Order: sequence, then structure tokens, then C-alpha cells
Amino acid sequence: MIATALQDLWYGFGVALEPHNLLWCFVGILVGNMVGVLPGMGPLATISILLPLTFGMKPVAAILMLAGVYYGAQYGGAICSILLNLPCHPPHAVTCLDGYPMTKQGRGGVALGITVIGSFIGASFGITEMIFLAPVLVSVALKFGPAEVCSLMLLGLLAGSTLARGSPLKGVAMTVLGLIIGICGADIETGTPRLTFGILELYDGVEIVALALGLFGIAEFMKSVNQDIKIDAKYAKVRVRDMWPSKDDMRVAFFPWIRGTLIGSMCALIPGTGPTIASFVSYATEKKISRHPEKFGRGAIEGVACPEASTHSSVQGDFIPTMSLGIPGDTVMALLLGALMIQGIVPGPQLISQHPDIFWGLIASFWIGNILLVILNVLMIGLWVKLLAVPYKLLYPSALFFVCIGVYGANNDMFQVMLTILIGMFGYVLLLLGFHPAPILLGFVLGPRFEENFRRAMLISRGDITVFVDIKNHPISTAFVGLSVLLIAVQIYLWIRRTNWTALVKTPKVPVTPSEAEG
Amino acid sequence: MGFLSHIKRDYYAGALMVLIGLIAANDGRGYSIGTLRQMGPGYFPIALGIILIFLGILIAATASTGGEAHEEAKALPHNEWRGWFCIIAGPVSFIILGKLTGLALATFACVFVSSLGDRHTTLRGGLILATCVTVFGVLVFHYLLKIPMPVFKFGLS
Repeated sequence: MIATALQDLWYGFGVALEPHNLLWCFVGILVGNMVGVLPGMGPLATISILLPLTFGMKPVAAILMLAGVYYGAQYGGAICSILLNLPCHPPHAVTCLDGYPMTKQGRGGVALGITVIGSFIGASFGITEMIFLAPVLVSVALKFGPAEVCSLMLLGLLAGSTLARGSPLKGVAMTVLGLIIGICGADIETGTPRLTFGILELYDGVEIVALALGLFGIAEFMKSVNQDIKIDAKYAKVRVRDMWPSKDDMRVAFFPWIRGTLIGSMCALIPGTGPTIASFVSYATEKKISRHPEKFGRGAIEGVACPEASTHSSVQGDFIPTMSLGIPGDTVMALLLGALMIQGIVPGPQLISQHPDIFWGLIASFWIGNILLVILNVLMIGLWVKLLAVPYKLLYPSALFFVCIGVYGANNDMFQVMLTILIGMFGYVLLLLGFHPAPILLGFVLGPRFEENFRRAMLISRGDITVFVDIKNHPISTAFVGLSVLLIAVQIYLWIRRTNWTALVKTPKVPVTPSEAEG
Repeated sequence: MGFLSHIKRDYYAGALMVLIGLIAANDGRGYSIGTLRQMGPGYFPIALGIILIFLGILIAATASTGGEAHEEAKALPHNEWRGWFCIIAGPVSFIILGKLTGLALATFACVFVSSLGDRHTTLRGGLILATCVTVFGVLVFHYLLKIPMPVFKFGLS
């Protein structure tokens, strides 16, 4: 098994090292790293903006670049948290707690160094996990019939919407809304136009670009404008040579790195629990088992090392269910799947065998990308620190232009721009009403496949809805449904106890900043 | 504080979901529903619409009175009419000017108008930013990526 994996990996490196692919991978991580550093821009908005650009690209290059933005942004986000105390990116919010005190003590460079090394360890483990686990998952998933696929999607949708931040009920409502938006357009089987309200342009359905840029572009800008994030860059001076941690620092950070990595990789496998939850859980764990819990919050190295390693391990692990089962764990993954679908590639267990260049090329590009990111973050730290000072008032108008031209360029159609604006306004109303719109995209991407498989399952079972819980013939499907029910039951129990899922992990209050769209 | 108290907010949120559910279900009635075995195109919209109506009622019924919901309400934005208006007006002017006068002016207007949404942006600052983005945008999107939109033109055509 190891031999075949290595062989495939070797092939993947061949794909990822093609100059064309290497270039786009580099562009992706560079852009990702940059927006990660910029306060007020997140990977979700950036990937949405870059999405239209990928239409003309080859699928491999497109996915390498978009994935690069995602993990590149994680490296950048840590800089923002540690040097400025700004948790612009939810996964790095906990890093502020100990990262910023370290910066104030003049040890910001060391904190960054610890972060970069921890990130690399976490990411490496996550990638290795993907190499070995994804083929196993695929071999199981290939045996799935429509009923199993359906109940797996149900579980994925429920987990994705209820485990995210905010009220689980509202999360589920957003997912259903996403499913409804996904229905819009001509029906796959009969061609009947549905939910188009007689508008001809809607017959092809809502474009994913318009939806993503409306929700994570325009609505986010409306939320963040004039929020006056106070940027205090007086401690943000780091030179390359400050970044090398001393031997003692390394010794203190070593086990937190390992623990964070393991926690992150476990969180990645549970659908719906992405890097944000991984980093919170690992910080709490580290504090609990520490012999000096009083040091946390005052610049403890463990408090930086553990969550950062776990974020990165979880970010890479997130790709496992996405690429092997076609079930996205969170919104960013849903966007990436959407990008693949635009290229005409059907996500699912057959992806690895049908498009080995995408799967193994992606994995190989993770290695290359992470090594490049470590180099970038050490050598160009001065530039990143300067970028921290770019004010939001320059960012969002430029980004709005990219939104407009991107949506227009996708189809050369101004109607889509109008639709984006309307979706943006609607998304902002949702934000005002206390919804987190991220699960909409999850439902939107999975919706059409969910309906197709559900219809097929019903056809095969002759309209017998109990097929999903038929233990004898469909044990796997039954297990998925059981897990879904358990998930709901736990949520109801927690609601009665009036606590939130995230409140189980007792973490100190983290400062809230406006821009955070990720669920 | 935001302009909605969190209790009221949940009522409105629930009502909005019920409304959307009704629209979806009502639209689904227009097509054949079919049976569970042979589902028609109307089956899913109606089913999802009903689920959403149900969820909307639940959201309103369980409107939270404090705790975490309260914390979140605090993070809600202030009334920011100027920012909101400019951010919407920017892309709208992109559409109008894009149809009438081509890429360059559309880009300029989009960036300039939306930049005025920030309270600290001066007229001069906005003009400089808009000029820079326009030059960049025309170079990249017209000459490099060849988006089929003329740089300058006049009138609908």
C-alpha cells in the first residue's frame, strides 16, 4: 500500500512541478498569504473573487491555485493575530491570546517562528493523512448506492450547518435556503424551469460566482465598512533573525506541536468541524494539561504552538472528505468543489481514479506550497508586516471592482452583476437578522446532487422512504442517518441546557472583529 | 447597538424564512409533484419550502432572550447608511456605465463611488484610488485577460 501511495505521489509531483501548474500554485499561495495578512479580507472572499479567473484555466491549475489561497491565508492570518492582536481569521483568533503578549514582550519574532514551524509540522501530517486515508475512504465509498450517498450528504449538511458558529437552528435554515437556491433553474430530469419567476436569465440557475461574491463579497463589505479597526502597529517590527526560536523555546513548543497536529487531524475528519474549532479545542486542551495554566494569556509559547499546528493540520485534512467523497466539510471546500464542477468534473469517490492528475497533483502541490510558504514567511516577513498597515478604505473599493468585473467576465453578462448586488443586499439582511450565510453555499453546491440521488434512491426502492434506515440492506446508510439524529439530539439537549456547542470548550473571550465570514 | 433588539430580530428572521418557504412551496405547486416513487419537478421545492416554513416558525418560537445571542447582537454593525448606499451604488454604476460608456469609466465610477462609503476617504483620495484601479483594471482585464468589453464606447450597442 505504501509503495503504490509513493508511486502515485511521485506522479503527483510530476503534475505539480509542470511549470504552468507550479506558477499558478505559487500565485495562489502568494495571494493567499497576502490576503491572510491584510486585515479585513478573508480566504472566502478571495477565492470567490479569483473563481471567475479560473474558468479559462485547466482544472488542475485552477484547483491548485484556489487551494493555495486557502492554506496560504492560514500562514498570513497568524501574522495578523500575533503582531496586531486582530483575529481577522477565525482559526487564528485564539493565537491572539498568547501571540500578542509575546509581541508586546518583544518576542513577536519568536512567536512567528514557532508558528511557521508548527504550521509546517501540522500541514505535513495533514497531507500524509490524506495520502493514506483518502484511498481507503474511496474504496468504501465506491460501494455506495444512491441511498448511502443521500444519507451521507444529509449528515454532511447537518454537521456543516449546526456545528458552525451561531444558532444551529438558523444554520439549518440557511442550509435549506441554499438547497432551495440550488433548485433554481431547469430541472435535470424534465427540463422544467423551476423558481425562475419567468426570468429567462435564471433558466441556467444561479451562478455560484454570483452567489459567493454576493454573500462573501458585497454583504461582507457592507458589514465591515466604517468599523474602524484600530491598527496598532507599534510592536509590529520583526526582522528575519528574530524569528529563530532558541533551543529552550523549541523544547517547550515540541509537544504542543504534536498534540495540536493530532487534534487538528481528528477535527478534520468530523464533518463540519473545521480549523476554527480545531484551534479552539487544542488551545483549551493545552491549557488544561499544562502544569502552568497561569502562564496562558501572558505569552505562553504553548498557546501559540498548539493551536497553530492544529489549524494547519485541520486545513489540510479538510481536503480529505472533499476530494475523496465529494462532501465538503465547510464553505471554503464547497467553493472549491464548485470550482471543480464548473470545470465539468463531478466530485465524488470516482474522482481519484478518473482524474488522478487533480488529486495527486493537489497533494504534491501541498508539499511544494507549504515549503514555499515557510520560505516566503521567513524571508518576506518585512513586507508582510508593512502590508498590515494597508487600510480597509483602500481595500474594499478595489475589491468591489474585482467583484463586478469577475462576475461580468464569467459570462459576459451584466444581469449576473445585478444578481450579485441583489444577493449581496439579501445576504446583508440575513447578517442583520443574526444568520451566518456561509451554510447557504454548502446547500447550494450539494443541493442538485442531493436531489438527484434522492430521486434515484426513491425510484430504486419503489417509493419506500424507509430504505434509508433499512439495517439489513443498507447498514451504512442507517449509520449515517443515526449519526444525523444523534447530532440533532445533542443540539436539542444543549439548547435545553442553554449552552452552545462552542461554549463546551471553555475559552477566554476573544476580541471580535468585523470580518469573519467563515463558518 | 444595532437597531434591532435580539428578540425582535429572531421574530423577523423567522418571518423571513417562512416567507421564503412559502414562495418556494407556492412555486413548486406550478409543476407536477409526482409521487414519492416518481418524483416530479415540483416535489423538492414544495418539500424544502415546507421544511423552511417549519424552521422559520421554530426560530421565532425559540427567540433567545439573552446569553450568547446577546453577545452576538453586540457585534452587529451600527446604522451605516452612507457606507451601505455607496457599496451598492458602486456596482450599480458599474453596470450602467459599463453598458453605456465602456470599461474605463465604469471601473472609475465603481471604485470612486464605493470608496466614498468610508467616512475617512477624502474626495482626492477617492479620485487617486479610482484612477489607479482603472489603469490597472484596463491593463489586466482588457489587454491581458481580454474581457470582451470595450474600454471606451458611447451609447447602447
